[in-house]
Amino acid sequence: MKITKDEVVYTADLARLDLSENSINRFADQIGDILEYVDTLNSVDTEGITPTSHAIFLSNAFREDEVKESMGADKALANAPEKEDGNFIVPKVINL
Amino acid sequence: MKLHELTIHEASDLLKKREISSQELTRAVLDRIESVEKKVDAYITIAGETAVKQAELADREISRGNISPLTGIPVSVKDLICTKGLRTTCASKILENFTPQYDAFVIKKLKKAGAVIVGKTNMDEFAMGSSTENSGMKTTRNPWDLTCIPGGSSGGSAAAVAADMCLGSLGSDTGGSIRQPASHCGVVGMKPTYGRVSRFGLVAFASSLDQIGPLAKDVLDCALLMNAIAGYDPADSTSVPEDVPDYTSFSNKGLSGMTIGIPKEYNETKGLDPEVSGAVKNAVKVIEDLGAKCVEITLPHTKYAVAAYYVIAPSEASSNLARYDGVKYGFRDKEKNSLIDMYRSTRTKGFGAEVQRRIILGTYSLSSGYYDAYYKKASQVRTLIMEDFKNAFKSCDLILSPVAPTPAFKIGEKIDDPLTMYLSDIFTLSANLAGIPGISVPCGFSSAGLPIGLQLIGRHFEEKKILTAAYNFEQATDFHKQKPEI
Repeated sequence: MKITKDEVVYTADLARLDLSENSINRFADQIGDILEYVDTLNSVDTEGITPTSHAIFLSNAFREDEVKESMGADKALANAPEKEDGNFIVPKVINL
Repeated sequence: MKLHELTIHEASDLLKKREISSQELTRAVLDRIESVEKKVDAYITIAGETAVKQAELADREISRGNISPLTGIPVSVKDLICTKGLRTTCASKILENFTPQYDAFVIKKLKKAGAVIVGKTNMDEFAMGSSTENSGMKTTRNPWDLTCIPGGSSGGSAAAVAADMCLGSLGSDTGGSIRQPASHCGVVGMKPTYGRVSRFGLVAFASSLDQIGPLAKDVLDCALLMNAIAGYDPADSTSVPEDVPDYTSFSNKGLSGMTIGIPKEYNETKGLDPEVSGAVKNAVKVIEDLGAKCVEITLPHTKYAVAAYYVIAPSEASSNLARYDGVKYGFRDKEKNSLIDMYRSTRTKGFGAEVQRRIILGTYSLSSGYYDAYYKKASQVRTLIMEDFKNAFKSCDLILSPVAPTPAFKIGEKIDDPLTMYLSDIFTLSANLAGIPGISVPCGFSSAGLPIGLQLIGRHFEEKKILTAAYNFEQATDFHKQKPEI
């Protein structure tokens, strides 16, 4: 098994996902198959090869530091599931 | 000829001559949607009212003599490109009620050109899939055979274009998501060079691979849409400040002087359908008859493209999708009283199975202890894949291959086996890893009557050369003129 059920649960927790027992079993099998396939990469000699994260040559994209109009609170909050007085509402974070 | 069956350039000619109005054209397209949507299910949102208003505006502009090639043309947009005031769901429950407050760069460009947006098309949730079956909204069917998938992830766009439910469409391509559905639905689809079209307002899946591009009824329409959407945008820091040529000014005088490379590895691909390879071989003959020289090339690392891609894309996705936390926009599970529980429940209820699978795969590849073995290794192999292309392009102008190893498969056939589904992207992924442009153009039909596409890939920023070859090929064949009976 390339990935254990415990590792699936641990990784899901890092990604803030709650998996049912059924999903854990399925994902362990399916992700295991995928990782096994991904292991074919180990047959490639990559010693000294620079990794690529960006396919096009571009140096830093700088711009002038000019003040421009921004979206504004009303628009930024327009899709908020819960809001009040120009703020996003979240469940209580610190319990005193 | 029925109005909804027109190509963009045909409709534009009639609009210019005032033989039709944009309102007539738009109503014809909306009527067409009304009559076939139940069978095809291409759209998540139909924007009939605003489309008619945009058509009225277009007609007013045309009456003043202001007409561009897209003025008054009804188009559709994949539902992950932000449209101000028009719901944009990414086919996900987590964004079911999301209404963007701004237009994506490409939407601004379309609107400026006078195009009419008739609706938002279905897709795999967050563009993760090759069949549109991963949509959280509905299952789109292939207009050529309603029991088959339209391809994906831009399956709604491809089906809508094939079924004349719009004159053209915008999709996005992260691993083949424009080219593969275009191939399966018998339309033209282009993935531009990475950085050629701004991603501002495109909901991110894998930021180093995503690119917006057109799906169209023919190559000229594809070029017209490219003219409208390409260009530098300071709001996308990966957008490239390079001049945009007129993509439509290609010659139709054959392809002499052009060298086309055919990768020897592609014939050795497991699972390549003989009808697909037969259609591609016939296409090679047509291209040779047009004067191009075909040579064998080698891309030794492409066999690792699927493995590298399914590390890199899920890794980027797991990071990009961290933003869906039930706070700023989208769905929130309001039952939960602690912040962490709310995050967990919101994301678990909001994301579908494939999205969760890729988030976990990506999180795992990036997690401590696995990063070097997976993400770094895949990124190094990506470098080797790019070098393969660089070497190959020393001896050819374009590379020719199939788009997909098989014609469209049956709905449900591969949905329970993600790895098999991933392998259906084998011919398209490497162009995304290398950032180079590619097109799918119709090149035949299977014995079951399903379309087959031909892929042409070019060097960075050489879309025009691709379009020239595709146009000459198209003019020498009549596959693009066939229409499905729905």
